[in-house]
Amino acid sequence: MNAAAHAPHAHGGKSIRGVMTSVMLALTPLTLWGFYLFGWTAVWLWLLTVGSAMLFELVCLNLAKRGGPASLLDGSAALAGWLLALTLPPWAPWWIAVLGSFIAIAVAKHAYGGLGQNPFNPAMVARAALLVSFPLEMTQWVSPTPLLSGTGLGALEALEHVLFGGAVPDALTSATLLGHVKTEASRGIDLLASVPALGGGLADGVGRHAGSLGETGSWLILAGGAFLLVRRIITWHIPVGVLAGIALPAAIGHAVDPAHLLSAQHHLTAGAALLGAFFIATDLVTSPATAAGKILYGLGIGFLTWTIRSFAGFPEGFAFAVLLMNACVPIIDRFLKPRIYGHGRVQMSPA
Amino acid sequence: MSRYRQIVKDGLWDNNMVSGQLLAMCPAMAVTATATNGLGMGLASTVVLVAANILVSSIRHLVPSAVRIPIFIVLIATLVTLVDMALNAWLHDLYKVLGLFIALIVVNCGILGRSESFASKSTVAESTVDGLAMGLGFTFALIAIGGVRELLGSGSLFAQAHLLLGPAFAFLEMKFFDGGALLMILPPGGFIVLGFLLAAKRVWESRRSARASVTQATSAA
Repeated sequence: MNAAAHAPHAHGGKSIRGVMTSVMLALTPLTLWGFYLFGWTAVWLWLLTVGSAMLFELVCLNLAKRGGPASLLDGSAALAGWLLALTLPPWAPWWIAVLGSFIAIAVAKHAYGGLGQNPFNPAMVARAALLVSFPLEMTQWVSPTPLLSGTGLGALEALEHVLFGGAVPDALTSATLLGHVKTEASRGIDLLASVPALGGGLADGVGRHAGSLGETGSWLILAGGAFLLVRRIITWHIPVGVLAGIALPAAIGHAVDPAHLLSAQHHLTAGAALLGAFFIATDLVTSPATAAGKILYGLGIGFLTWTIRSFAGFPEGFAFAVLLMNACVPIIDRFLKPRIYGHGRVQMSPA
Repeated sequence: MSRYRQIVKDGLWDNNMVSGQLLAMCPAMAVTATATNGLGMGLASTVVLVAANILVSSIRHLVPSAVRIPIFIVLIATLVTLVDMALNAWLHDLYKVLGLFIALIVVNCGILGRSESFASKSTVAESTVDGLAMGLGFTFALIAIGGVRELLGSGSLFAQAHLLLGPAFAFLEMKFFDGGALLMILPPGGFIVLGFLLAAKRVWESRRSARASVTQATSAA
């Protein structure tokens, strides 16, 4: 095989397609749970995002005369679209999904040279671009309207909503924990008053609260992450780094100033922290190669997420934190090189 | 005559300040949130560029080579100050939009670059043509970047053109839709649009040269 022609002449036996399939398997339970919680709009939105991501992948592969349909079937585009869909508000209109897929696949991936060449996580580039461009549509959160409960839209009504828009019924709109405390803080109401006002429902671990399509079911995310660890698709370094990077400053901050800084438990269960730690930060292309580098990268993402959530204008900052640390990956890899067998530690030349 | 033709072609397209030399990136991305801003910045830079080229070229035999850069910069800074004051006096509304960036023309490497690489080695007539061609090419590039960003970012084209060109040019102002992707008129939009325009220019030129080589080959055969 060609892959073994280069040192160290051994192939791990994993194919791109195999890795992508494992990640998709790990994502399936929490995605189905998201469909159940948020109803048919979530299903259509997911289909649209994944479908358009694969379409843009096919177009870009053709333009670049690279691979063709065989490369499309490696699943990388479908997975990028899938991850993007999980970070979208479940009632977002169709053009958010399609534009997001375009940014993820055409701009963030293929403009840089395609699979394996992109320095930034495609799904997070798309999410950050959408959030900055369309703040209204991207923060339109709804309470869960489980399938079969009769509270949500039917399949056709939901399709109509996704395709032709329309207001989200006021009775359904709801705030996320992070959005709620940010809004209340801007009105001068501190956490001691604003968090109890929401009740305990926002961090119940099961995910029966407003949020992105795939970020609310904490236990299922943990289960999916454990599956990836067992299958050795990811290692423990990045998730542990991210979660520690959020939890440590959060715990210290909350102990010092409980009126203005959320507790570690809230930080870990709210927003994209868990989904991001296991499925987004661990992207193989855009994360460092060495164990020490991965821990540093994870800690950086966690700390930046906490900083943005606590002190910046946006309520959630996971996407921005990932992009900032993606930019640091080349430097992390350069300074945390492993020792080459038979040589001393590599001397860093000033050049 | 063909020498002047070459100078014009270089300035407008082949060696365009933005898309060929990749100089003057700061104004090319900082002020191009609308096509009108791009036009205003481009025209102001053109005035400075032509005047700087004329001055530098006419004193080129008097300037000791060791201190030429400071001398060029002082000349350019003087010209920019004049443009700055003139805009403030006669086009005050536009000045309120562009004012911050006019002063930055001083450090526009494109202008110093022309003084250094062209005007200090060429006759006054050639330098004038070069300044004009380079300036118009720069203006064209800024309008292209600004136009794409404005269209995608706020759904309009040449908004507030009447401030720059007078009420007679209000017909230029077009509105296509409301809203738009805010990202495009924020700084990242400048980088993204510039990147795609450069790529488009490259694709177009490589296709053209491929076609030219085919024609040559067939005619030779």
